[in-house]
Amino acid sequence: MIDNFLLLVQNPSFALDVVLNGLLAGAIFALAAYGMSLVWGVLNIVNIVQGELVVLGGFIVFVAIGHGVPAYLALPLASLVMFAIGWGLYYTVIFRVVDKDLFLSILATFGLSIVIQQLMNTVFGSDVRSIDTGLGSFYMLGGAVTIAWIKVIAFVLALTSGGLLWLFLRHARMGQAIRATAQNPRAAHILGINTDRVYAMTYGLNAALCGAAGGLAVMAWNIQPYIGLPYTVRSFMIVVVAGLGNVGGVIVAGLSLGALENVAGFVLGAEYQIAFVFALMVLILVWRNWRAARRRAYLS
Amino acid sequence: MMKIRLAALTALVVLGVLGAGVGWAQADDMPVIKLGAAVSLSGKYSSNGVYTRNGYDLAVKKINARGGVKVGDKHYKLEVVYYDDESTPARGSQLAERLIQQDGVKYLLGPYSSGLVEAMAPVTEKYGVPMVEANGAAISLFRKGYKYLFAVLSTTDQYLKGAVTIAAHQAADPSKVKIAMAFENDPFSQDVRDGVLEDAKKYGMKIVVDDKLPPELSDMSATLTKVKLLKPDILIVSGHDKGAATAIRQIADQRVNVPMLAMTHCDSAQIAEKFGKAAEYTLCASQWAPSLSYSDDLFGKASDYATLYESTYHEPTPYQAAESSAAVEVYADAFTRAGSLDPKAVRDALASTDLSTFYGPIKFDETGKNVDKPTILYQVQDGKYVVVYPEKWAEAKLRAPTPTWDKR
Amino acid sequence: MIDTVLDRIRAIPEAGLLIGLLVISLAAPFVMPSLATQMAFLWLMVVMSQTWDTLGGQLGYNSFGNVLFFGVGCYAAAVVQRDSGLPYYDALALGLVLAGFMAVLFALVFGFALLGIRGHYFAIATLGLGIAAGELAAGWDYIGAGSGMAMPLYPGGIGSRELFFYFVMFGVATACFFTLRWLYGTRFGLAMNAIRDDEDKAEAMGLRTTSIKIVAWAISAFYLGVAGGVAGNMLGFIDPRDVAFSGATFGVWMVLMAILGGKGTLWGPVIGAVIFHITKELFWTYLLGWQRVALGVLIVVIVLFFPQGIMGWVEARRAKTGGQAA
Repeated sequence: MIDNFLLLVQNPSFALDVVLNGLLAGAIFALAAYGMSLVWGVLNIVNIVQGELVVLGGFIVFVAIGHGVPAYLALPLASLVMFAIGWGLYYTVIFRVVDKDLFLSILATFGLSIVIQQLMNTVFGSDVRSIDTGLGSFYMLGGAVTIAWIKVIAFVLALTSGGLLWLFLRHARMGQAIRATAQNPRAAHILGINTDRVYAMTYGLNAALCGAAGGLAVMAWNIQPYIGLPYTVRSFMIVVVAGLGNVGGVIVAGLSLGALENVAGFVLGAEYQIAFVFALMVLILVWRNWRAARRRAYLS
Repeated sequence: MMKIRLAALTALVVLGVLGAGVGWAQADDMPVIKLGAAVSLSGKYSSNGVYTRNGYDLAVKKINARGGVKVGDKHYKLEVVYYDDESTPARGSQLAERLIQQDGVKYLLGPYSSGLVEAMAPVTEKYGVPMVEANGAAISLFRKGYKYLFAVLSTTDQYLKGAVTIAAHQAADPSKVKIAMAFENDPFSQDVRDGVLEDAKKYGMKIVVDDKLPPELSDMSATLTKVKLLKPDILIVSGHDKGAATAIRQIADQRVNVPMLAMTHCDSAQIAEKFGKAAEYTLCASQWAPSLSYSDDLFGKASDYATLYESTYHEPTPYQAAESSAAVEVYADAFTRAGSLDPKAVRDALASTDLSTFYGPIKFDETGKNVDKPTILYQVQDGKYVVVYPEKWAEAKLRAPTPTWDKR
Repeated sequence: MIDTVLDRIRAIPEAGLLIGLLVISLAAPFVMPSLATQMAFLWLMVVMSQTWDTLGGQLGYNSFGNVLFFGVGCYAAAVVQRDSGLPYYDALALGLVLAGFMAVLFALVFGFALLGIRGHYFAIATLGLGIAAGELAAGWDYIGAGSGMAMPLYPGGIGSRELFFYFVMFGVATACFFTLRWLYGTRFGLAMNAIRDDEDKAEAMGLRTTSIKIVAWAISAFYLGVAGGVAGNMLGFIDPRDVAFSGATFGVWMVLMAILGGKGTLWGPVIGAVIFHITKELFWTYLLGWQRVALGVLIVVIVLFFPQGIMGWVEARRAKTGGQAA
């Protein structure tokens, strides 16, 4: 462990590589996290099926590219298809979960995630899939830092989506309707907002964001029907760390978590990477609660 | 609404009682020999589980077609009872119990993956039920003193032995060779690692990177950065299909230059087909190749088996299917030699197996592993998997060292 | 009509019901020996759902990390059995004692750290804990790391092993049940419910909420740890992620079973465990290939249509028919 740390310190260009790659990986998780934050804030649901939506988006991109659709079209296509799927999911299952308490929503969406995993396995098979966009990588500092172009694209996409989302929520009518419903559903309803449509819209938007994340994942790494849980859990962690409703916080948390995770993997060894990340989350929660307790309040 | 809920609950409870009763009351005297099998039909191993099942089915079909198995002076058909182990060990051991206790099965065919065999072996051992497995290579399985476990495939310590040996021959001084390893943190890959460590120790080689990759991750970039920093002479990766695919992809992305790259599962991950030029020069461990000159009188040559598989299942022949078929052949041979269906007698007959199959020679040592069949090493050359090791079976010469990325 | 049936059931004195169940449970493995292992797992499920309910139903703290104690129990017993050099039964006994002890220790430590957090953040924190534990176990070579640990073979003959573990697990489940039954009737039990109903008021009233929470968690951890030690032996092989600290299977099932049966009640988790386990096994036998989908659908159905669980539904009916208020 110490030697790994020293390695990083003695080779700052490689350290930069580790941190940068982690940041870029974090961007893809941040995309999924936006959606998670939205659904949590507006529908009061912790969407455990998030990871499966990401993987499904990835499969759609995979199939589309397999049929000759160019990559830059496949991504928006997947987002659109996922939006429709999210909309459909809302009107079939999710609408019943909305008025249940948060804890039950975790269980219900967990059940849903099992169903979707199996369906994906049946339809797409359990083989690992990935797409080589052929974009290659660029190299800096004498080959020490290698950045795959697709990861850069993912990063840019994640930032712009975040910005667009923020603008949408702020200025678009639907966006404002979403925020109003999140603040007080009854009042929003009384004032004439079709809260059901708003919920469906939010969930669809979440699915679309997951679709984009999945498409990027299949191009940057690989996917498989059972690889959804890590995405769920990371987007969940990012939202918890960032705090609800904080779009800017999500991107910062996402990037930092990505970078931290990669560095931890390097220094502690890959086998402790995930443990580190979760232990960190627990510590953050404990610390936050302790801070709140000093004011005789608690996290809620 | 209430009535519906009540009806649903009642139905569930009634089903439960009925089901328990039916399961319990089922008699089991059959005119066939029933083999029990756990396969992964869902979960992360499901594609390999399906190959395993295809292999078992193909062999059973062939054997039944030529008149079944001769035991004493009677002929028996073979039949396999399948359950889905969901790729999880807890299910596997439950399923072994169920097959033996509830379904009355007396001979088991193995599951896919060492982890699942690990979970099931204590059960079969406890009941004195022989298990012939074809897809669990971990050598640690054979160090536990099990008497009823037999494996037709070469064990993990054999997998990458060839790679280490080649690295030693390529170097001017074997003890100066630096090895970087990345193994998935599961029983199979960790056992392959143990095998590599043993061989490396024999030559006095130095291990510079030794990472255990979590199975949930598809990103080994931190490990590869370490590899770039430390410049080993050989990089060894084992992590089932996902590990192979991730490694090839990211090694190309990050332009990691290693003189030699050796992996497992390259063919099942289809790296040559999916990654094109990036996969060139990679050494791959494999249990079997259709181009080898093994043969037997059930399937013919290895290439005949491949043709049969491809025409039946319309996909290239995976070695998992070949070894599964071999397991069934071993049982058929053992039943005949035992002349009886008593599990202990069958077990003893299995222990003295000395059979040539299209999959390779099969002879079990006293721990149950197959000591006669070597693993082979492919190298990806011009988009094809070409056998380069052992020299006896080599189709072409090894291309080494791997040129750096800027020269490819 | 259902109400008369329920009334008749309610009229049976509880002692009678308990004795009847005891007799059936003791006789069951002899009557249906091929199902003995299945039934032993059933008792494991009963322990799991009961211990979850102590915190979730009685105390109001939904934990997604109770599987931590199960895993600790599995490994503690396994290590003792591997390293102590004692004969089988002695090692097993010592292992189970250590399992319970270690689980309690973990509960005390983590309880102290985490039980100040409330609501769903507590659920999240415990979820993180469970996953981190699994990953740490997978990296620690002493306990086999990713390769897991194999348990020593049972020295008895065929048939005796199933019976032995059945009765051990039954013993653990019964001890757990009666402990909790007694506990819920004491002032401590009332205090737990007070915390569930309104923690601020409970604290204002002078209840030492933190201690109460930690003790409750420690009690449930104890039984879960011991059950873990036994389960590890029954399964024969411990895998850090798929068996010991498996959040996606045991971890979630604990919660579901308690909810299905009715959380916050004494019998609810027991009933929920029985129904859930039987249904799950039936799916596995008869819906080959589709059992996981069926299970997912079942989970969604339970959560959406039976959130108050069976006991909750029974209680609601009692209120309707003019009995005591629910």
